[in-house]
Amino acid sequence: MPNVLDVTNLSVGFGGTPVLQHLSFAVRPGASLAVIGPNGAGKTVLFRALAGAIAHTGEVRWAPDARIGYVPQKLDIERDVPITGVDFLVARTRTNPRQTVAMADVLPLVGLSRTVIERPIGSLSGGQFQRLLIAFALLGNPTVLLLDEPTAGVDGPGEERLNEMLHRLQRERGLTIMLISHDVTIVHAYATDVLCLGEGRSHFGPPDMLSPDLLRSLYNEPVAVHNHGH
Amino acid sequence: MGIEALVVPAVTAAAAGLVGCFAVMRRMVLAGDALSHVALPGMGIALAMHIHPLFGALAMLFFGALLVWALEDRTRIATETIVGVVFSAALAIGSMLASGEDLLEALIGRPGALSSLESIFGLVAAAAIIAFILRRRHQLVVMLVSRDMARTSGINVRWLDFLYLEVFALTVAIGLRYLGVLLMGSLIIIPAATAKGLSRSLTTMLLLAAGLGAGATVLGVVIAASLHREPGPVIVVISASMFLLTTIRRPA
Repeated sequence: MPNVLDVTNLSVGFGGTPVLQHLSFAVRPGASLAVIGPNGAGKTVLFRALAGAIAHTGEVRWAPDARIGYVPQKLDIERDVPITGVDFLVARTRTNPRQTVAMADVLPLVGLSRTVIERPIGSLSGGQFQRLLIAFALLGNPTVLLLDEPTAGVDGPGEERLNEMLHRLQRERGLTIMLISHDVTIVHAYATDVLCLGEGRSHFGPPDMLSPDLLRSLYNEPVAVHNHGH
Repeated sequence: MGIEALVVPAVTAAAAGLVGCFAVMRRMVLAGDALSHVALPGMGIALAMHIHPLFGALAMLFFGALLVWALEDRTRIATETIVGVVFSAALAIGSMLASGEDLLEALIGRPGALSSLESIFGLVAAAAIIAFILRRRHQLVVMLVSRDMARTSGINVRWLDFLYLEVFALTVAIGLRYLGVLLMGSLIIIPAATAKGLSRSLTTMLLLAAGLGAGATVLGVVIAASLHREPGPVIVVISASMFLLTTIRRPA
């Protein structure tokens, strides 16, 4: 089976400063790829390049039947606007009516009720808002979900429920999931592949390649941090 | 005063309210307001060439919107600075091209009946503006929330930016006759800002903005006529009062 995504020699720079350099990796259908790395390693930049939002060199080749659902971490909007969850989801279904699925089919998948999405988006909790964004992406009937830190701003139990929901979506719908995470335990629990981005270096492989040494070098963490004895 | 003297301003104000909703939510209030200033040199040149000032204003507004669009790829702060400088300069140059009565009318609008050219152009343009906002509102909402999500939803983000800015410019153009270069921006912004504070959904906001704009305009035109004053300042004072009243009433 051909890959969903083949990335060869991808590089992105802003104003002469390289952010990503000669990155190559591949994603199999149904895989769950976790992208980890310290702040500033270019995780979000990678997703934006894959989604076609920023210029890059090298090759990003999606499978011809791939449909991408992208959920960014940072939105362009203030939360005080009078836009309800329904306004937002309807906006997606009316944007490309022939290529979207019905709102009623998507809501149960993300565990959102009609009452919740009839509220202004600014009044939703972090977890509800994140589910709304995922519902938006699912309306496009995607084969691949790109999720940029989907659990940022979600409390502990909510985070676990969100991760389980994503895992279920993947199992039941055969979705390929690529997600940026800060949480290495999530990687071990759910990921089939890991891409570690660090300053100028990157590592791609199965989750068990994440040795303590690799993580330390990646995050540039001083070894003494966890050593409280003197 | 006949009913027809109220129809064109009311429809124009409704169109301005709808356009303003997205300007307010996109936080491009300053750029939008300053954009209207660019009409002044256009009107000055048109008057000097003995053609209708509307055409001069339209041409300059088209290029003004194009300039804002070209700058939007840069950071927002840089854009606001450049827009502030360029459009203030346009206002200054325009003021040097016109003088006396002409200048005052260009700045705050002119009372009296609209010519048939002004009426027909105003109605057709306002209808086109309303149709644009209603047809594109879903795409505009997606783009408002996230430009990246809009791109992956198949929206041509830059093209929609361009269309929106040109529609904004056209809205300014059709209100210039009775609101003038200085006040037309406020008819776009103030009713929308008032509606934003009072609404919990997009449909409510769009309806309220159009209704408040049209209401303030009709009231303003009637009051101004009975006081023998220019209608523009009266309209803006009424809509600003609406904004202040609804803002004070609401707990912060």
